[in-house]
Amino acid sequence: MIANVGCSSLAMAFLAALYGAIAAAYGARRARPRYVESARHAMLLTWPLVTVSALAIIWLLVSGDYQIHYVASVTSNSMPTYLKVTALWGGQAGSLVFWSWLMAAFASAAGIRKWHRDRELLPWVVVVTMVTLAFFLGLVVFFENPFARLWLTPEGRQVTALFQPRGTTPLIPSDGQGLNPLLRHPGMIIHPPTLYLGFVSFVVPYAFAIAALVTGRTDDRWVRITRRWTLVAWLFLSLGLILGGRWAYDVLGWGGYWGWDPVEIAALMPWLTGTAFLHSVMVQEKKGMLKRWNVILIILTYALVIFGTFLTRSGVLSSVHAFAQSAIGPLFFLFIGVTFVASLSLLIKRWDDLKSENQLGSIVSREALFLFNNLLFMGILAVCFWGVIFPLISELFTGQKVTVGPPFYERANSPLGIGLLLLMAIAPLSVFGQTSWKLLGRALWKPLALSFMVPFFSALRGTTNLGALLGYWVISLITLVTLYEFWRGALARRRRHGESLPVALWKLTSRNRRRYGGYVIHLGVVLMVLGVIGIEIFQTETQGTLVQGEQLTLDRYTMIYESLTQFDTQDGRNVTRAVVSVFRDGKNVGELYPRRDFYYSSQQPMTIPGVRSTLEDDFYVLLVGWESIGLSGATFKVYHNPLVNFLWIGGLVFILGTMVAAWPDRGPEPVLKLAKKRAATARSKIGGLR
Amino acid sequence: MMKKSTFTLSIAISLLFLLLLSGVAAAQDHEPTDDEVNAIAKQLYCPVCENIPLDVCPTQACVQWREIIRQKLAEGWTEDQIKQYFVDQYGDRVLATPPARGLNWLVYILPPAVFVVGAYLLFRVVRGWRQQAVMETPIASISPDDPYIARLEEELQKRDR
Repeated sequence: MIANVGCSSLAMAFLAALYGAIAAAYGARRARPRYVESARHAMLLTWPLVTVSALAIIWLLVSGDYQIHYVASVTSNSMPTYLKVTALWGGQAGSLVFWSWLMAAFASAAGIRKWHRDRELLPWVVVVTMVTLAFFLGLVVFFENPFARLWLTPEGRQVTALFQPRGTTPLIPSDGQGLNPLLRHPGMIIHPPTLYLGFVSFVVPYAFAIAALVTGRTDDRWVRITRRWTLVAWLFLSLGLILGGRWAYDVLGWGGYWGWDPVEIAALMPWLTGTAFLHSVMVQEKKGMLKRWNVILIILTYALVIFGTFLTRSGVLSSVHAFAQSAIGPLFFLFIGVTFVASLSLLIKRWDDLKSENQLGSIVSREALFLFNNLLFMGILAVCFWGVIFPLISELFTGQKVTVGPPFYERANSPLGIGLLLLMAIAPLSVFGQTSWKLLGRALWKPLALSFMVPFFSALRGTTNLGALLGYWVISLITLVTLYEFWRGALARRRRHGESLPVALWKLTSRNRRRYGGYVIHLGVVLMVLGVIGIEIFQTETQGTLVQGEQLTLDRYTMIYESLTQFDTQDGRNVTRAVVSVFRDGKNVGELYPRRDFYYSSQQPMTIPGVRSTLEDDFYVLLVGWESIGLSGATFKVYHNPLVNFLWIGGLVFILGTMVAAWPDRGPEPVLKLAKKRAATARSKIGGLR
Repeated sequence: MMKKSTFTLSIAISLLFLLLLSGVAAAQDHEPTDDEVNAIAKQLYCPVCENIPLDVCPTQACVQWREIIRQKLAEGWTEDQIKQYFVDQYGDRVLATPPARGLNWLVYILPPAVFVVGAYLLFRVVRGWRQQAVMETPIASISPDDPYIARLEEELQKRDR
């Protein structure tokens, strides 16, 4: 019954989305507002319909209706309820429904707010969002239906079908297979939804860009409308990436936070183009330049969002994340191809209308530096994209699979990343328009001179690694420049309004949130880079097999193997848990409990590290193996990860900065006011000419 | 003449044999440590658990691979020989990056090529703008001492109103 309700509401949502797309396009083309209004109502209907469907799935998951194939494949009796709920996005069909649910919500949000203000653009926004939604809903209705049931043929074969095939009997398993062990983690509550939120909200700026292209509104209206959407999308995508890193660090047991896994890269790629877009869009707002480029960037971001979902959902790449595999791959491929070509054709049609209104002031002007920033982001994108698809190309043409692993990405991206960091240090001091090297030099020399202090002193204290010293120098420079920016802004305010420094700082930030929020993000990046330097350059590791009472030493740490126990848990795991005592500089600092969980149902082991975490460093212990008889001997792999916590602290600062930048304004934005004023003067001028 | 060459050969063979024997003996003296095994395992990927380096992969298959590395090290094999052994058995995919030959060259050439083309395009666009800019008079007027502060103050004043 519940399944039928969910399934029919899913089908209705699909029809509503399809109708909305067609009616909106027809109404806008033929100038029939009634059709557009009707399309809008259809769009507003999709969200409640998909909500009903998603709730139905959650109901089935929690109540354990194992005749539903999806329920049987991602849940089991022993799973805690919160994991059963999160199983909505733990498998193929459910996660596509979840995607659609978010898409419907965002489309409705874009359509409810300020519908009357942007009448011209909104019909096309409806078209784009509803086409996207209809595609995803079509996939779930026709190919990956989460409500399909299990049936048993008279020959004893198991079939999956929505309706009872003739001559079969319902098959109701007593237990399900359960969620992939990798996903049984509290991170499951938040990491996939944030990533999806990031993915889906990028569809909205794309939809406005396409609407601008179709209607021929070549001003920066679409950019202004979607500024906050873009920031919010970017916020969630960044948060999703950071949380994913933390999750990997906590449970995957490889001592790191980022493994250049294809699925990680799939989420990183739209982030790269999105970040480039966030920067270059400012040039369009300020100078009316880069209009074509910004459209290209948002088209790319959309394509990469769908491509990212495709990579994780099609099973085309096998990786730790590609737990769901099915035949929907070709459809995804087709959809990406068609939307990409259609978007580009629209762009080409409007190419001449999107001419730059301004010229580049100087090679060191803010706009020029933003262009270099974009070049570097595109460089990283090229490396990532190529690294991900090359194994497929190789397999296709030579039949041989190859691995493109971390060394490739690290070697290729490091110089580009350092270039980006340098720009981050210089660009805040440059200005838009006419400027010169001299002007930039005058602003830069003080922070530059000071920035050499940190690498100098750390070299004195015995750091000999050139990469680390270079890294210290760059991040000191960024920090100094950024703080200098806050400082001189606050000073200017104090001079002007006689405010105390803290008040001046507060007002400065709260009234230029995007600018100063951006700087806070830069400071977050600085902290994260510090963590990356810690792991990439200073991480050490060792491994040893110990009998009880023996010890293993790494840097300043010593661990003693105390004991090992093995037991079964209620949720179908066999846990092998070691107790080790940890000493730092000979002083006991506590016990750690590294363990290995073996999941009976999926026959998969999971390695959960024991970690002692301080601001200075992490001591990270993995239980690699043990003597099965007597449990007397065990093998441990230990890592010493200096500074790694700065990665997470930096992540928090990063997110905080994004929230500052994206926080809603109270009154109308000053830039908008400025635009209005400009428009008014232009009108009066035209009036005067008449 | 004939006899002499046979003699030299037999000497050479027995010398070689002795050398090998001593090599094996030397290697057997030294039981490879886990860290030595991992140093090699880190660079290898098993075909089953894709994208997880061998040194940290918990599956049974990977445990066996690490045992093979340990055995080979004990037998005195070098790092390159061991890697080659796995390549021969399972193909190039066991290596962290594809060996630079044939089609694989594309992996290494394409991204820098794209970057260079991008840089060139950027250069041309920038040059085009600059030429235009020289022809036209600059639009923005700039206050001489510090344009940023001037603009900031102007903005702030506007907001405070």
